[in-house]
Amino acid sequence: MTPSAIILIVLGLAAIGYFLGRQRALKTAQRDGVKLHSLSGYHGQSVALFVAVPALFLLAAWLFLQPVLIENSISGKIPESAIPEGGAKSLVMFDVRRIADGLNQIIASGDSSEADLTDMRADVTDVRSRLAEVGVALGSDVSPVVFQAAKEYRNIDLVASYLRNIAVLVVALGFGIWALRRIQPKLRARNISETFIKALLMGSSLVAILTTVGIVGSLLFESISFFKMYPAEEFFLSTTWNPQFRGGSELGFLPLLWGTLYVSFVALALAVPLGLMIAIYLAEYAGSRLRGFAKPAIEVLAGIPTIVYGLFALMTVGPFLRDWIAQPLGIGSSSSSVMTAGLVMGIMLIPFISSLSDDIINSVPQTMRDGSYGLGATKSETIKQVILPAALPGIVGAFLLAASRAIGETMIVVMGAGASARLDLNPFEAMTTITVKIVSQLTGDTEFASPETLVAFALGLTLFVFTLSLNILALYIVRKYREQYE
Amino acid sequence: MTDTTADTATAAGHPKAGSLYQVSERTRRRHAAEQRFRMMGLAAVTFSILALLGLMTSILSNGLSSFHQTYVTMEVFLDPAKLDKKGNRNPEDIAKITTFTIQPLIQAALAETMEARGIAVEGVNAKKAVELISKEAPAQLRHFVLDNPEVIGQSVTFDLLASGRIDGYYKGRVSMESAALDRNISPEQLVLADQLKAAGILESRFNWSFFTAPDASDTRPEAAGLGVAILGSAYMMLIVLVLALPIGVAASIYLEEFAPQNRWTDMIEVNIANLAAVPSIVFGILGLAIFINFVGLPQSAPIVGGLVLTLMTLPTIIIATRAALKAVPPSINDAALGIGASKMQAIFHHVLPLAAPGILTGTIIGLAQALGETAPLLLIGMVAFVREYPGAPPEGFFDPASALPVQVYNWTQRGDPAFFERASGAIIVLLVFLVIMNAVAILLRRRFERRW
Amino acid sequence: MTEAATEIAVDTAIKESAIKMRGSDVSVFYGEKQALFGVNLDVRKNSVTALIGPSGCGKSTFLRCLNRMNDTIDICRVTGEITLEGENIYDPKIDVVELRARVGMVFQKPNPFPKSIYENVAYGPRIHGLTKSKAELDEIVESSLRKAAIWEEVKDRLHEPGTGLSGGQQQRLCIARAIAVSPEVILMDEPCSALDPIATAKVEELIDELRTNFTIVIVTHSMQQAARVSQRTAMFHLGKLVEEGDTDKMFTNPDTKLTQDYITGRFG
Repeated sequence: MTPSAIILIVLGLAAIGYFLGRQRALKTAQRDGVKLHSLSGYHGQSVALFVAVPALFLLAAWLFLQPVLIENSISGKIPESAIPEGGAKSLVMFDVRRIADGLNQIIASGDSSEADLTDMRADVTDVRSRLAEVGVALGSDVSPVVFQAAKEYRNIDLVASYLRNIAVLVVALGFGIWALRRIQPKLRARNISETFIKALLMGSSLVAILTTVGIVGSLLFESISFFKMYPAEEFFLSTTWNPQFRGGSELGFLPLLWGTLYVSFVALALAVPLGLMIAIYLAEYAGSRLRGFAKPAIEVLAGIPTIVYGLFALMTVGPFLRDWIAQPLGIGSSSSSVMTAGLVMGIMLIPFISSLSDDIINSVPQTMRDGSYGLGATKSETIKQVILPAALPGIVGAFLLAASRAIGETMIVVMGAGASARLDLNPFEAMTTITVKIVSQLTGDTEFASPETLVAFALGLTLFVFTLSLNILALYIVRKYREQYE
Repeated sequence: MTDTTADTATAAGHPKAGSLYQVSERTRRRHAAEQRFRMMGLAAVTFSILALLGLMTSILSNGLSSFHQTYVTMEVFLDPAKLDKKGNRNPEDIAKITTFTIQPLIQAALAETMEARGIAVEGVNAKKAVELISKEAPAQLRHFVLDNPEVIGQSVTFDLLASGRIDGYYKGRVSMESAALDRNISPEQLVLADQLKAAGILESRFNWSFFTAPDASDTRPEAAGLGVAILGSAYMMLIVLVLALPIGVAASIYLEEFAPQNRWTDMIEVNIANLAAVPSIVFGILGLAIFINFVGLPQSAPIVGGLVLTLMTLPTIIIATRAALKAVPPSINDAALGIGASKMQAIFHHVLPLAAPGILTGTIIGLAQALGETAPLLLIGMVAFVREYPGAPPEGFFDPASALPVQVYNWTQRGDPAFFERASGAIIVLLVFLVIMNAVAILLRRRFERRW
Repeated sequence: MTEAATEIAVDTAIKESAIKMRGSDVSVFYGEKQALFGVNLDVRKNSVTALIGPSGCGKSTFLRCLNRMNDTIDICRVTGEITLEGENIYDPKIDVVELRARVGMVFQKPNPFPKSIYENVAYGPRIHGLTKSKAELDEIVESSLRKAAIWEEVKDRLHEPGTGLSGGQQQRLCIARAIAVSPEVILMDEPCSALDPIATAKVEELIDELRTNFTIVIVTHSMQQAARVSQRTAMFHLGKLVEEGDTDKMFTNPDTKLTQDYITGRFG
């Protein structure tokens, strides 16, 4: 039985529980001749909740833990000798899982029975070609140890799944029957089901916390194993980034940081003045008609996916800058450059900044403007000398949020900035950023447990810490600013 | 002039007299500064509109042509001697025929058609002529024959894709000059194509297969389509909707209506605000480390993409839902509580239905954001080359698939410039989806907006 | 209406040179809605004119017409004529910036800029270019603060933010800010409505002192205040000018029943 079938069964049981609970409540009320404390529907609802929720939670936890636990027990049984030269245990385990998967498919295709499988041995049968028939292609012949492990993996997995199904159904039925049996007219079913629902609501709000824990946990965990293989001071202080396939890589973080900051600087230098001017124009000069149209338009523009801008950089802006500026001036020959990525990212950030600044400028109280106009100030004097200083903290907050977005932006730099890590001042040279390298190190063909791959997590951690500090600072400033005028 | 008036004003400490009609030099300068500032604002608006127009023009001019495709229409004799050597129409035997067997049939058919119409170009023999037709064509024929074995021995009219270079010739990507330098196409072949076009054998028409066909290999850009990517994106949106909407709404109700004012609640709120601003690529790392490496879900699968996008979309939905709940006046809640409803009943019966349009709008905007997200999907392996359609849900959620924005990225990484056209075309499709979603959100907001 | 007409006849009898501002047939429209109906009112030099009347009667609207603050509201339209020293301030050739430099305004709620006390007062002289040196500016700031009777309270903290002052201090700061430009007329829109009694007393005292140098028009809700500070009073009702005249006469022997009722607190 697949998990989805189990889920359907549990939900079916919950539906049945609902009707039984309602009926029982009505019946007991009639029999005792008293009024129900809660509506019969609430009795049904509480039974249904007791059937479904614990069972589904158990199922989710089991699905999450089962592979991890089985893998640990199996991988403990694989001797060091079975691990090929230069390979890692995780790769062997990957094969084990795939073979086990393939064996399942062989059974499913109906060509072999369970008994055939028990007799199947790697040193006798050509397991590799058998598996290839069902679509599982293996890189090399299967060693007997690995095959044995795979068979064991599969057996434990089958048993565990079987146990899981039984456990889930027992929990569903057990809680359901218990909830049914305690139904009596005086039972405060509504309060019970409401407490239950409240707990569920609270649980949902924890997902956000869990996500953060997951992010920090996974970044820290893999970064620590990276720093065990690669010295931290070299990572943070070396000025060379030169990953090699066969070890001996130099993974200095500084060139990437430089590229990131340079691109972000170009982007912000373009976007902040423009975005701010647009916000000012819309808030202070534009008529209500134009505002009514421009405001939602800017919000929609801020929602354009960055891949669109990336394509724009790659196809239009990059070649344009190269052919019309960089090459005629002899200062670069690459269409991907800091300038390309920076300009396009700046265009992307304009609606973001103007949308944020517009809100902030509008929250400066009208009395400030009146005070200034009443003294005979012109509009621009009022804006420059009263409104902007009053809105400054909010605008700084918006600027920090934009900076955080620029630093974490990926697609535009992947498609526009280039891949060569260098410390250079010429903005028409291709440079690379932290995010570009995270993508290239994690989508490459290097094996997972190597420093070349794990460095991506260290880069990710730095990026996360960077943007998180910017965000917290920005949110704090903006919050303080809002309080000032509320 | 200015100074004298200013001086008298300050020296006397008394109102300056004089006519209002006399505008001082200083005031004139101030008005000029005012005009300059206003112009700067207008210039900023203009620049941004121009940049946007540039963006749109670039994408439309590069991508619109992908909705048209050049086809060669001709009759092909399905020779039983080649396709069914044993003559027993046994499907298993027919299944063994390869595209190599079929290629000569097409070549012969083209040669025959050309001869019948009297088309010939010097230097282009039958073998060269058939290069005008896509390498995808034999596969198309093979599928057709496998599906309809009874047609073997008959002549059937097929619409076969022209090769990418020929297609590019009619879209302005390939010229006689470039063809002279190209190993894959010669100017003579282009002349032949022109003659075929004049004869009505070769024509350009709307490219439905762009929306339905799967991706194709590097050498056949003309066959590449968005089918798998659209399906993969749809699967992921479904997962996001099913998970993020209930969890997001539940979390918002808790935070807005039940949560006590304490440190813990404050922490959750700060957390949500921060998650909304965490770079998307970090969510990709999370997906790779937790869902793929730790839980062992398959790579490239919509389920992993869906889960990652769900976590990304949640903050957006929670922020929108809380705003919508806050906008419902407390008097409604009080009215329900006043007649003896429990707090839960007041919320679910009265507050939530009134907040529904706002929640829906926020959800659609969140979904639109998720639909365009690319970076995290790269890390969970969705950039892989996938030609098989994923199966039906829920099992299909675990099959490899692509996604619209990732397909765009994938195509930009290929060598043949024909893929750039496809990438721009895919962007147009993506933008159309986004425009529709945003329009629905704006309409919903307009339609149900309530002023209390 | 006839009473109002006689009043105007009496007004024209006084010397033309004693009139600082004159409104003739002033009507104001907010979109479709008319807020002021053909008001004729004179403002005399170096005196305090109080505008009274129940809420929504148009007194604030009229006040804001006097230095064209209504221009900042898109849908607002003004007809009729208002003159300053005989020049129509609604003439398109008139520069509103210069007008406001001569007709300053103090608002209902104290609205100091989020700057230091010094910068708040220096703002007006700076934008109008009234000074050539820092010393001159210091002098203006000090004298304005002195005139606004707040110098002693703030002289040691001129460079602290103006928003840190108490409500009454903030309002006097705003008055100092208005004075610093050396206007001829100061308009005050319920300047004490947000203040406590002690602060109100201080501001009222100040208004009385300012009369020697400036012409003042004040909108107020409080009859007592109008009686205490003003020499002339104008009573508005439903967008119309009901009655105007010397304050003493208005409060002892008003011409209309409406004014009588309002002053004695029977409505409003």
